[in-house]
Amino acid sequence: MSDLRDLKIAEARDGLRRGEYTSRELTAAHIEAMAPARELNIFITETADQALVMAEAADKRLKAGPAPSLTGIPLAIKDLFCTKGVRTTAGSRMLDEFVPTYESTVSANLWADGAVMLGKTNMDEFAMGSSNENSYFGPVLNPWRAAGSKDNLVPGGSSGGSAAAVAAKVAMGALGSDTGGSIRQPAAFTGTVGLKPTYGRCSRWGMVAFASSLDQAGPITRDVRDAAIMLTSMASYDAQDSTSIERPVPDYEAALSGDIRGLKVGIPEEYRIDGMPPEIEALWLEGEAWLKDAGAEMVPISLPHTSYALPTYYIVAPAEASSNLARYDGVRYGFRKPGTGGSLSDMYEATRGEGFGAEVQRRILIGTYVLSAGYYDAYYLKAQKVRTCIAEDFRQAFESVDVILTPTAPSAAFALGAKSADPIAMYLNDVFTVPASLAGLPGISVPAGRSAEGLPLGLQIIGRAFDEESVIRSAGVLEAAAGFDARPENWWDSAK
Amino acid sequence: MSVDKETLVKVARLACLRLAAEKLEPLTDELNNILEWIETLNEVDTEAVAPMTSVVETDLRWRRDEVTDGDYAADVLANAPDVQYGFYAVPKVIE
Repeated sequence: MSDLRDLKIAEARDGLRRGEYTSRELTAAHIEAMAPARELNIFITETADQALVMAEAADKRLKAGPAPSLTGIPLAIKDLFCTKGVRTTAGSRMLDEFVPTYESTVSANLWADGAVMLGKTNMDEFAMGSSNENSYFGPVLNPWRAAGSKDNLVPGGSSGGSAAAVAAKVAMGALGSDTGGSIRQPAAFTGTVGLKPTYGRCSRWGMVAFASSLDQAGPITRDVRDAAIMLTSMASYDAQDSTSIERPVPDYEAALSGDIRGLKVGIPEEYRIDGMPPEIEALWLEGEAWLKDAGAEMVPISLPHTSYALPTYYIVAPAEASSNLARYDGVRYGFRKPGTGGSLSDMYEATRGEGFGAEVQRRILIGTYVLSAGYYDAYYLKAQKVRTCIAEDFRQAFESVDVILTPTAPSAAFALGAKSADPIAMYLNDVFTVPASLAGLPGISVPAGRSAEGLPLGLQIIGRAFDEESVIRSAGVLEAAAGFDARPENWWDSAK
Repeated sequence: MSVDKETLVKVARLACLRLAAEKLEPLTDELNNILEWIETLNEVDTEAVAPMTSVVETDLRWRRDEVTDGDYAADVLANAPDVQYGFYAVPKVIE
């Protein structure tokens, strides 16, 4: 039944309606693939039994009449989204045994449309990381390896498990979250499509908070159409999230007209950074040529504050994290460690000293420092001002262009451990994705080519706020022109 | 600005984080590297710039001040490490 796993969501939607197979069969085929894929450490919690129950309900719904596009489609959910009755860890020891008593809005929207949950995917602890090596549950391995090599590579992060699940074909699509690039960078590293919507498009209710002014949920899928289908289901106005925007949700799939004649595409000169590998520069030029061939017009633009985006992010995000993560105190939920002195503050300090991993502690310390008396103006306020400049750069650019084309990441997937010793080298992975995050804009990564070693490379399209449709339309054209259909070899399944 | 060990200990106390003594030295170096890097922001003239408060222009919505949710104490306590008599239990605070 491995052919069922080759289907894209849109194809399976049609096949289910033609009665070629049932959701139960489709779901069982993916569950079967999950066992050998344990080698990749994709899932923190598998929910096979629940998946089959959901699949049977979906089959009944399909038989009864018209059903939403995602009915019967097996998906993987990043372990950042609270799922009622199913353990939700956020990749942290702190939440190792946390079982939510409520469901996140985004996952509830998927289930209301009939989607099937295969399990909860591994991730960097509290979504802090770009390689998935910061998980309490161990790193995820990228299904891709360099040609002729047996060395393991990282899948990117923080949505590394979700991206690997889609690349290894153990899920038809996956839920991820993006704070500074956590959907787009792993999508680029695994040859998948990753879409970060506009801030406010998807509800953050029930999503474990990292940096609340940046966090957004989004899909990781095999192609752009599938991402459009998932986003149409996920997006909604939600009174339980005060930053959720009340705006009708269009049918994003309908945006895939293939027609971008007259579209103005901005090419930002500041994204040509020192030390960018020539193959990424070449791919970017190729992307320009593809869009031009389809009738779009390339417009050189300037986003002058680009180089300040990462330092700004590493003030704003840790500051918000230090505040958000104050809730993990060993009292209301999560890990508790009694302190040696036996007092309440001993317990707080011991719990947080042991319950959080190294990167999370590092960011809490930076965040606490930049918010502390005497440093607030110099760091936090300064960063919020530069953030205004970065958003203003984009606003001005979008007066003359409709979308912006850039590479997604400055390299292909790297080896496990390659950047662990140097936090700043790790942070630089997000150099092309963080600016749009700080401005709250939608962005998508599309697999567009391969490195000399045969590893996937992605191109990013950034759009105006709430113009996911132009982003999806141009990503569809890019995807068709690139014709990326390479798949990783199935080295993890010794039975094959 | 740079952080010394004493400042790090103070910040860790503010953040309620117990750091092992042998971690203080390397963490001080790491934090200083990161702070030095983020201080490049001082190159930007922000004299006339307002700090960002929201990326999306929107007004916060009004709602009636009334109870719309609640009455599920068991759910709220379900994940607590220590519960006594329907309350969260913590180490003794008052002698």
